[in-house]
Amino acid sequence: MSRIVVVTSGKGGVGKTTTSAAFATGLAMRGYKTAVIDFDVGLRNLDLIMGCERRVVYDFVNVINNEASLNQALIRDKHVENLHILPASQTRDKDALTPEGVGRVMDDLHELGFDFIVCDSPAGIERGAHMAMYYADDAIVVTNPEVSSVRDSDRILGLLQSKTHRAERGESVREHLLITRYSPARVQAGEMLAMEDILEILAVPLIGVIPESQSVLQASNSGAPVILDKVSDAGQAYDDFVRRFLGETVPHRFLEVEKKGFFKKLFG
Amino acid sequence: MGWFNYFKQSKPTSAKVAKERLQIVIAHERLDRNGPEYLPQLRRDIMEVIRKYVPISDEQVNVQFEKGADFDVLELNIALPDRDH
Repeated sequence: MSRIVVVTSGKGGVGKTTTSAAFATGLAMRGYKTAVIDFDVGLRNLDLIMGCERRVVYDFVNVINNEASLNQALIRDKHVENLHILPASQTRDKDALTPEGVGRVMDDLHELGFDFIVCDSPAGIERGAHMAMYYADDAIVVTNPEVSSVRDSDRILGLLQSKTHRAERGESVREHLLITRYSPARVQAGEMLAMEDILEILAVPLIGVIPESQSVLQASNSGAPVILDKVSDAGQAYDDFVRRFLGETVPHRFLEVEKKGFFKKLFG
Repeated sequence: MGWFNYFKQSKPTSAKVAKERLQIVIAHERLDRNGPEYLPQLRRDIMEVIRKYVPISDEQVNVQFEKGADFDVLELNIALPDRDH
């Protein structure tokens, strides 16, 4: 079966779409046939982050409504092979997503031989978010080191444990915590929740920490997922995260403030 | 900044405050979601009854709901105010 992974968070603006784009690109770079689906019906944005906004013809809802075939709607990524994007509809309302319709698309993607299906969840806990997580085998819970984001993540974890297909069958969705926009300097100054604190509160295995980085905005400006920026700290942190997801043991980086030079140590 | 930070130690950092606030609110929310649907209302009703006799704040009442194999346990823990007051 294709492995279905939802990227979710509850709160908006924490980096779900940035993460979905980087994650799917990273999986495809390693040779896995990957589809990434935008579940944010009405507010599509994954296409912009992936840089394929001008090639959208048909969308997820068209496929669910049998107005287009899956092959017609899937957009081949221009950066890496093996990667396809299924954009959200910009016009329909979110009720267009049904468990049956979404399930059929998942089955069809499996038939087409996809190894991974990445579901980019909308913010909130309503239909779109519910449908994005419903068939998931794994969940990447994206959290910022900030009170409202941590609280919303806990809420989402509760839903993953009760409102998914796996939960309904008495199984569980594998949960992974991804902390984004982390600033070691602010943690050291006591101004930001530390990674350890978030782990203690949410009690979910950590799969990665992405540092606050200017390269994320630059990546979205240009429509190239940040993981392609191999010199940036965020790009490297996303790459580490993908490797961990695939079972490699990779030490966490970018958790400490960069070492200061001799003079800065004296006078800093 | 350097050694100036030494003088700030007496006040808890904002990150520490954030952690404590989160632990309390999340513990409450988890309780509501794992327990039966009537639990939030039950907690409010219990608070109301106790407040008829003693002034207490929300944090002083701890309602725990635990699922057991044969039966569930509802545990009520109320910290009364100091006797001097």
